[in-house]
Amino acid sequence: MLEVKDLHVTVEGKEILKGLSLTINAGEVHAIMGPNGAGKSTLSSVIAGKEGYEVTSGSITFEGQDVLEMEVEERAQAGLLLGFQHPVEIPGVKNIYLLKSALNTQRAARGEGEMPAPEFLKLIKEKIAEMQMDASFLQRSVNEGFSGGEKKRNEILQMLVLQPKLAMLDEIDSGLDIDALRVVADGVNSLRAEDRGILLVTHYQRLLDYIVPDHVHVLIDGRIAKSGDAELARELESRGYDWVLEESAA
Amino acid sequence: MASQEMEQLVRRDYKEGFVTDIESDTLPPGLDEDVIAFISNKKGEPEWMLEWRLDAYRKWLKMTPPSWAHLDYPPIDYQAISYFSAPKRPEDRPQSLDEVDPKLLETYEKLGIPLHERAALAGVAVDAVFDSVSVTTTFKEKLAEAGVIFCSISEAVKEYPELVKQYLGSVVPQTDNYFAALNSAVFTDGSFVFVPKGVTCPMELSTYFRINAENTGQFERTLIICEEGAQVSYLEGCTAPMRDENQLHAAVVELVALDDAYIKYSTVQNWYPGDEDGKGGIYNFVTKRGDCRGDRSRISWTQVETGSAITWKYPSCVLRGKDSKGEFYSVAVTNGRQQADTGTKMIHIGEGSRSSIISKGISAGRSNQSYRGLVKIGPRAKGARNFTQCDSLLIGDKCGAHTFPYQEIGNSTATVEHEATTSKIGEDQLFYCQSRGISEEDAVSMIVNGFCKDVFQELPMEFAVEAEALLSVTLEGSVG
Repeated sequence: MLEVKDLHVTVEGKEILKGLSLTINAGEVHAIMGPNGAGKSTLSSVIAGKEGYEVTSGSITFEGQDVLEMEVEERAQAGLLLGFQHPVEIPGVKNIYLLKSALNTQRAARGEGEMPAPEFLKLIKEKIAEMQMDASFLQRSVNEGFSGGEKKRNEILQMLVLQPKLAMLDEIDSGLDIDALRVVADGVNSLRAEDRGILLVTHYQRLLDYIVPDHVHVLIDGRIAKSGDAELARELESRGYDWVLEESAA
Repeated sequence: MASQEMEQLVRRDYKEGFVTDIESDTLPPGLDEDVIAFISNKKGEPEWMLEWRLDAYRKWLKMTPPSWAHLDYPPIDYQAISYFSAPKRPEDRPQSLDEVDPKLLETYEKLGIPLHERAALAGVAVDAVFDSVSVTTTFKEKLAEAGVIFCSISEAVKEYPELVKQYLGSVVPQTDNYFAALNSAVFTDGSFVFVPKGVTCPMELSTYFRINAENTGQFERTLIICEEGAQVSYLEGCTAPMRDENQLHAAVVELVALDDAYIKYSTVQNWYPGDEDGKGGIYNFVTKRGDCRGDRSRISWTQVETGSAITWKYPSCVLRGKDSKGEFYSVAVTNGRQQADTGTKMIHIGEGSRSSIISKGISAGRSNQSYRGLVKIGPRAKGARNFTQCDSLLIGDKCGAHTFPYQEIGNSTATVEHEATTSKIGEDQLFYCQSRGISEEDAVSMIVNGFCKDVFQELPMEFAVEAEALLSVTLEGSVG
């Protein structure tokens, strides 16, 4: 589904990704871990199309399409959705309006018509209940005055509504207490499907206790130094990252 | 670079820019008593009107231009402006559209206001002012049936002198401020509306203005009177062509509402804002005031402004009557290097008077916008209430928004509430929306419309559509 080949990315003149390769197939959950500054957020930002990241070489293909040739909104319409680490506030735009616009834009891109209002409301109510959020949040402006936990729940809520083909969640666990973590994890787990890929970028192993990945990759110094399964994450938790570096240097 | 793209988002091509090459009967620049006499004579005014003008002029000579606004502009040379410009026509005004100069009609076509079409379909009577002369007034008969008078101020001075004498200058006296004094001396046209007791005006009234000749200041004077129980909705919409020199627009609008009367005054303003460097736009220094003279009278000002190099206006209400109500709903957008110091004044005099202020300012580019509001509660205004909400939205990081709220409360039983927010649209927000599949343009539009909704829903329907379109055009750039 997603193929990243030998990706080199420069940010403000400094090379952050130095030949990163990664393949995600439909139905798989991948986790990327690594020390700070390794380039974890850079990867998801580049795939999403954020400004300020220069791809100097390499490629990214999504379902056969060249992602780097696509506009930000086109990537999203194709089913590539990013869950932000620090979701931004958008005063004046109600949550319900953003959800509705995004959903209908996706549908339009697939050649479907707009979802009728009653159906939409029903869908939203369902998903809000799943995320244990209060319906009043719909009338509030996007992320305005939200706590960190509420913002993360909002990201997952959007995923549940928009049903992406590939969900990239950038440190979705940062700033969450145990209860919020559980709710968010349940939400992510409910997204698991045969035709869907999930990419988790995370700093801590704890999240992976709740969302058990199929593959774990260690990103160090702009490259994937080691790949494994869920076990690898636990090993990193107890041993840290240094041994991976040593191993790959050897 | 990212920030340049942001700026491109807010640039627009001013579509209305062109000049009609009609020969204009224009005075050379300069102002003195002879010029005023010329204007008065051209308009065929009675003696008392000329005297009133000269009185104002002499007072103006003793005044100095105010300088307290948060605005930066070079001093205006009042002798370098021509105070009269009329299209070359025979003395008689055209009686029907057939008699109107086809080039003029073409102008209106270009501006998207084909007089006959719009007037017929929408049932709106249009008093079209081309530069300083009213070209035609339609639907006079329909209004006459209802007893409503809607004509140019020049005509009113001649046909309804008693009414004009009674009300002119009663809301904005000649010496109210520097620009009002100037206007009183040299006003060349504007609308006059009179709605008699108990009559609801059968259609929305509207006027289009246009400044054409170079160096011509446009000085309209509008007077709207609603007697007891009368109601009217008035629309003001303006466009102007591209110019190199700044053009001064110093209008005065006076509204009078007697007992149980309601005047709704809506403006969608689209003056040329000046080029990227702020050169050549319109200076809009306007005095607009409504007098809620009668008990339970109501005046509401609704405006959407997206033009002018410099805007200086405070549509205000004097709430004299008991339980009278004043409302101010405004969206002001500044872009490029525009500057605006605008707001409102609600002066509570009568018991139980209420006022509502919802002001939305959107600043983009390198523009600067200030909201200046005064809520004054007089000592006899028992139980008076005011609610003010003043929000600013900044697009990009080179613009400015400032708020100067003043509250003077002279009665302890009054309730005065003030809420204010300032927020920013940055690349992050746009990226967030785009990452959900929403295009950049739609994202800006969504954010801006959400911000302005409270005001847009107060506009008369046809204006609301124009306003939304105007806003998108103002904030659209070479996206995609």
